[in-house]
Amino acid sequence: MSEEHHAATISVLVQNAPGVLVRVAGLIRRRGVNIHSLSVGPTEDPKISRMTIVVDTPPDRTESFAKQLRKLVEVLRATAVDGTPTVDRELALIKVNVTPGTRLEIMEIANVFRANIVDLTDRTMSLEVTGRSEKVDAFVSLLTKYGIREMARTGQVTLARGPQNT
Amino acid sequence: MAQRVRTRRHVAARTSSAPQAGPAARPEARRAGRMNGAQALVEALRREGVEVLFGHPGGASLPIYDALYDAEGIRHILVRHEQVAAHAAVGYARASGRVGVCTATSGPGATNLVTGITDAMMDSAPIVAITGQVPRPVIGNDAFQEADVTGITMPITKYNTLVMRAVDIPRAVHQAFYLARTGRPGPVLVDIPRDVSQELCEPEFPDEIAIPGYRPVTDGSPNQIASALEALAGAQRPIIYAGGGIISAGASAELTALAERTRIPVALTLMGKGAMDETHPLCLSMLGMHGSVYANYAINDADVILAVGVRFDDRVTGRLKDFAPRARFIHIDIDPAEIGKNKPAHIPIVGDARRVLAVMAAQARAPQIDAWWKQINEWRERYPFRYRQREDRVSHQHVCDLLNRLTGGRAIVTTDVGQHQMWMAQWYKCREPRTFITSGGLGAMGFGFPAAMGAKFGCPDKEVIAVVGDGGFMMTIQDLITAAEHGLSLPIFVLNNNALGMVRQWQTFFYRGRLSASVLRNPDFARLGEAFGCRGIRVERPEQVEPALRAALETEGIPCVVDILCDPEENCLPMIPSGQSIAEMILDE
Repeated sequence: MSEEHHAATISVLVQNAPGVLVRVAGLIRRRGVNIHSLSVGPTEDPKISRMTIVVDTPPDRTESFAKQLRKLVEVLRATAVDGTPTVDRELALIKVNVTPGTRLEIMEIANVFRANIVDLTDRTMSLEVTGRSEKVDAFVSLLTKYGIREMARTGQVTLARGPQNT
Repeated sequence: MAQRVRTRRHVAARTSSAPQAGPAARPEARRAGRMNGAQALVEALRREGVEVLFGHPGGASLPIYDALYDAEGIRHILVRHEQVAAHAAVGYARASGRVGVCTATSGPGATNLVTGITDAMMDSAPIVAITGQVPRPVIGNDAFQEADVTGITMPITKYNTLVMRAVDIPRAVHQAFYLARTGRPGPVLVDIPRDVSQELCEPEFPDEIAIPGYRPVTDGSPNQIASALEALAGAQRPIIYAGGGIISAGASAELTALAERTRIPVALTLMGKGAMDETHPLCLSMLGMHGSVYANYAINDADVILAVGVRFDDRVTGRLKDFAPRARFIHIDIDPAEIGKNKPAHIPIVGDARRVLAVMAAQARAPQIDAWWKQINEWRERYPFRYRQREDRVSHQHVCDLLNRLTGGRAIVTTDVGQHQMWMAQWYKCREPRTFITSGGLGAMGFGFPAAMGAKFGCPDKEVIAVVGDGGFMMTIQDLITAAEHGLSLPIFVLNNNALGMVRQWQTFFYRGRLSASVLRNPDFARLGEAFGCRGIRVERPEQVEPALRAALETEGIPCVVDILCDPEENCLPMIPSGQSIAEMILDE
């Protein structure tokens, strides 16, 4: 990741057809762009899925890149959402080592980050945290010293604020 | 066996009793009765108006070939290598303006199409490729002759699809043709498993198509057009930079009208050759790496550049930051993704070149550019294309120049890739669109001769000639038998310098003359042509050139291979070395 690149968020509405994910991912790779995160899921219309893609592109190339995505026949809409007010969220599941001595400490941190404890054993605790990626990053870094055994993150999802569509 | 006979009779009966269902079929004709997937495919092709398809059969496409056996009005041209089928489809499409069709079996058949499909993608040629696939139950099992063809061709097609039900074939085909020819044209591939071709169905043939994610914008924004006209009217050193998009859009008349109304000079890209009559005084010929000095000087000095149907390819711009450094760019293209891709556009206009140029030609005001023309004409006089003729050596450029004069620039020319391609681009002065067919973007050797075959099938009444190099010709030469079999009046001029001339030239200029793997030992192409049933003529001396060219151009009903032994040391100039700017242009002497 070179310094002049930044993480740009592109929201893509696609027809829910076989191979669409490969087409989108293939195009991103072909254009030499690195994927930070990519999340896919259904929308209010079951025939349409939304992909939220965070890519490393130079700021002046993001729109050009969105244009390439729009050329895919199954892509209904591709918007570079940088610069517009958005709500961004990511969910992480983190399985961390616990001892009787650290359990309360971790629960306190979880409380501050409004994370939920979703599983507990005598040696591990699984936490669920939701928020902007920066918040998730901060939470993860606080847990690192206890020993993170496993982690799964969904990647960022984004919607525009207010009545306008993303 | 019994079943096959029954199938054939069934089709014959259907064909003879079917109403005349053309592309404008009435709703009652949309259902055509019970048939198998392959028959549905052939019927769908017929409804698209397909008259010729180029292909090679194989296991997975046997049902398709069985259906073709009964097809009325569709000619299948059997090629000897699938690459030829794809190149021929491109030649057919670019010469005729109709969608070219090629077909291959699964696995190796389909992978052999890849070069031709990529060429179509790079040069925006409308073709549809139909490939057989292994039967559905074994897809993904590494079956015999299985290849993931939709996966392989994803980056090189405008769209592709694997059809999993026979009943879906008509829609897939209709959509393929629609996507191939509309918007920015390009290749579309339809992959059909063998058991889908055999599956019985009662298909419906759609008349209309709605693709929610695909809506090409054709009319340019009036405000942007007004800004563009204002910029041009106030320009002191304007130029039009015109490319293949003009030819795809059929906008030659509009381009010429705009140029004539404003007296703005026009430079053509390699793909744009034919977009404007090159003998027109406002036309500055080709620009770019081997373009005319005056076109390159003019675009680099320009203050306003109207770029239409071009993509600022590196062979035109050289080093991007040094390309036309003082210019404001107006960029018209049907593909929004091309605008601002390589050079920022000050006035972007998304739209169909013909529609936008028609509006502009009607409203344009002419700028005051007498001084500009004086400068351009000085360059033109000082730096014309030129060549020398050495005694005892045939000059490549002389052959190209002579072909231009003998055909009047009105024949359809196809070329391979390399020195001869650039010499033809320099010396062949196209008078009309769709007369210069070359592998521009991909630069695929082996393209020229198959493309000429395709062009001849697409335009049988026009004069078609192929100009090829000795290196490229060898890549697809086996299909001389196809041209001979169909009695094509097709002269093939081999500019034979016993070398991969452009490679040798670069080695000469940039690798201290170390000619690594660029010198060729060749067969006697004339005799090889004769072995295939063509006429063969060998030219070894300058005085033999003209009679040989005339004889070849007059040969009817049979291809004619003219093996012309040319100067082995000639370099193609002028030249702007790769990645450099006009300041580094290598001039002739």
